[in-house]
Amino acid sequence: MNAMNMDRRSWLKASGALVVGFAAGLPNAAAAWTDKPVAGDQVASFLAIDQEGNVTVYVGKVDLGTGVRTGFMQIAAEELDVPLARIRVVEGDTALTPDQGVSYGSLSIQVGGVALRAAAATARRELLSRAAQRLGVPVAGVGVQDGVVVAPTGRVSYAELVRVGGLELKVDTAAPIKPPNARRIVGQAIPRVDIPDKVFGHPGYVHDLKVEGMLHGRPVRPPQMGATAEAVDESSIAHIPGIVRVVHQGAFVGVVAENEWSAVKAARDLKVRWSSWEGLPDQAKIWEHVRASAIAQAQVTQERGDPAAAMAGAARRLSASYDFAIHTHGSMGPSCAVAEFKDGRLTNWSASQGTHNLRKQLAMMLAMPVDQVRCIYLEGAGCYGRNGHEDAAADAALLAKAVGRPVRVQWMRADEHGWDPKGPPHLVDLRAGLDTAGNIVGWESEAFIPKGAGGNVDLTAAELSGAPRESLQSPGNIVHNLALPYALPAVKTTCQRLETTPFRPSWIRTPGRMQNTFANESFLDECAAEAKVDPIDYRLRLLPPEEVRGREVLERVARLANWQKRPSPQRDLTGEWVTGRGVTFCKYELVRTYIAGVAEVSVNRGTGEIRVTHFFCAHDCGQMINPGGVRTQVEGNIIHTLSRTLFEELTYDRGAVTSLDWGSYRVIAFPEVPQITVELIDRPAEAPWGAGEPSAAIVPSAVSNAVFDATGVRMRSVPFLPAKFKAAAQGT
Amino acid sequence: MSQNLAMTVNGRNVSITVDDPDMPLLYALRNELGLTGPHFGCGLGQCGACTVHLDGEAPRSSVLPVASAAGKTSVTLEGLGTPERPHKLQQAFIAEQAVQCGYCANGMIMQSAAFLAKTPRPTEAQVKQELVNNICRCGTHPRVVAAVMRAAAQG
Repeated sequence: MNAMNMDRRSWLKASGALVVGFAAGLPNAAAAWTDKPVAGDQVASFLAIDQEGNVTVYVGKVDLGTGVRTGFMQIAAEELDVPLARIRVVEGDTALTPDQGVSYGSLSIQVGGVALRAAAATARRELLSRAAQRLGVPVAGVGVQDGVVVAPTGRVSYAELVRVGGLELKVDTAAPIKPPNARRIVGQAIPRVDIPDKVFGHPGYVHDLKVEGMLHGRPVRPPQMGATAEAVDESSIAHIPGIVRVVHQGAFVGVVAENEWSAVKAARDLKVRWSSWEGLPDQAKIWEHVRASAIAQAQVTQERGDPAAAMAGAARRLSASYDFAIHTHGSMGPSCAVAEFKDGRLTNWSASQGTHNLRKQLAMMLAMPVDQVRCIYLEGAGCYGRNGHEDAAADAALLAKAVGRPVRVQWMRADEHGWDPKGPPHLVDLRAGLDTAGNIVGWESEAFIPKGAGGNVDLTAAELSGAPRESLQSPGNIVHNLALPYALPAVKTTCQRLETTPFRPSWIRTPGRMQNTFANESFLDECAAEAKVDPIDYRLRLLPPEEVRGREVLERVARLANWQKRPSPQRDLTGEWVTGRGVTFCKYELVRTYIAGVAEVSVNRGTGEIRVTHFFCAHDCGQMINPGGVRTQVEGNIIHTLSRTLFEELTYDRGAVTSLDWGSYRVIAFPEVPQITVELIDRPAEAPWGAGEPSAAIVPSAVSNAVFDATGVRMRSVPFLPAKFKAAAQGT
Repeated sequence: MSQNLAMTVNGRNVSITVDDPDMPLLYALRNELGLTGPHFGCGLGQCGACTVHLDGEAPRSSVLPVASAAGKTSVTLEGLGTPERPHKLQQAFIAEQAVQCGYCANGMIMQSAAFLAKTPRPTEAQVKQELVNNICRCGTHPRVVAAVMRAAAQG
């Protein structure tokens, strides 16, 4: 993979031009921290063109297995008119790439790609201007073929133009980009560049990195999350060959060994006397615990009219509570990182979503100047948010510092399931009033969710060892989409931001937007059923007239799914297996990507088993850089979220997580994956919006609504386990 | 007490020196032989990321003692095919773009390759059942099934 092939990046300024050299092998800490610009307003921060005409793209956003690397290449290739094969991408290296924030929130293309596009468009305009001057023709008279500017009077390559004049330009965000009808590469389903290496097993993951003299470390986490290590018996692992060091700082314990298997065995066998800690709530009473948590702030996210008065005077009133379980990221590969101290400086390789932030966190933990730390991104297993990568990076840094040699840390499965930060418990109360015709006259909702936003999640190693940390609570921007896209006459949506939540929270794919959309779109379905109106018609009536694109995704998904208009539930509720369909609409964060989905389900009324048989999605994220990439993201969103909706739930006792493997944390299996039909709407003249998360938001409510349609039973608690169906059916 | 274990890996005869014959084969493949195709996923035999071929079967190398591979023939993803001589499943995974993060892809391909060797013309339902204990978190499942069916159709 690209990042792995760039060893010893040697930067030099030759005749004012930036030149990057490549050599085979793995990244090496000996590579100098460079003087390459990384400021977000400089073209040379994003682009370099070498003397052979090869283009290197530098981006702060990273490819987390989503395919954005290919998208970045397409954007640069398109604006510069350079073949894709001549483009390389460097991602998330604090010494080389601009800080473009964390790769989350479906912003890699929308923000990161657009910034790269502006840099490339600025470079193109400048290079064409220089070429025109040199060739003695007006700018309108030159064209570009494969990185060579061509005019009737002659040709000159980008390489030559950059060698002479450099690329030291300020990015002009108004520089003209290629119009849709001139695009040849952007908008095409170009196959992903990373896939061949992955199917042939070539090294590329951070897990594959080897640094000279590297040792292997493993953390030994407390058996109860708040326990501290009172005593460590090093003799308990004396029989294991190759042990280098046992590191014990407060509640942080780790082992370092010459080889990986010895480190694994040592971490498993090391005898530690831990203090006792039972600070977690009773899982059976988690929602009582959430309701009883102290409220830091009541955050009103939408307010119009007087919903309380409207509901008081309503002909019919509905109320319901929706809850969404605590989830783990559950990455396929346990988190991994390599750290090396050399000459007082730390190089840290990890699969962090935000190496620039991680750099500051590591510097703080280690009491080092930030500029003495370099964090380099290498791909990991899909993370779907802030999983354990940063924590493994911190473990590796602590252990490497302790032993004075490079250390690779890879967590075991139980470390990942037990200690990655969790998607917090999410509870929403809703109330609505309907008039005699079934129209909503008032709507109120309250979400009970932890305070905090995106940003940094504290490093576990810092917390356990008592090192400096920011003490932030960062669950992601989980307030989004409690506000509604509909033209309700009176509405108030409030996020009760809780001081605490049982587990260190972080964002997991579609944080908050998913849970709030689950509550809103299911409760809206309750209103439609109460009004005895077809659920799609009900939504179309509520959408304001200016929401043309919103109406379109709903109308398209209705056609795609061959939707038969009728109110829910369906009429024949007898028989062991019954079928139904449910719809959901979402305008992501009320400002971008539009999605509508239809789920078709089969439900066994006796056992409570829910099978999703077909999922349809109509998707409008504006311009698509790579429709193939968008399609795979949408498919992934649907399947991942079906897994979360139907099966996933963290379990824990009073001291720690107990769902520590794939047996106790059940996820979707091949036979349970439904047929998926996706319709992508391409709008090449519009802005490119995100696609990595939005379609996940529509899944839980579409399934809940389909179960209701099939059975008349309303599923208001994720995951939709058979026992919950049976309990809900008894209550109906 | 270290000992030498002789085995054939990807067509090469190799000798591996180990301190502990109970060390899982995966660590020998990745760390001693530099084979990065098989991945550590769970070390419990639940997810499939570490799958290799051993005398035609498709065991999980993170729970298989290295000593039990001694004298036998192992094949990893690297040995299954190369860019120059790809296995039909590797071609099919590229054609179907059946990879996102790719961490599970080794298991998907290796499990399916052993399966197709014995069941060359499977139904989709058989493929899904064969992969029931292979986990993917990115949601590539339909493309993986399509890739296996595509490879099967090539005979």
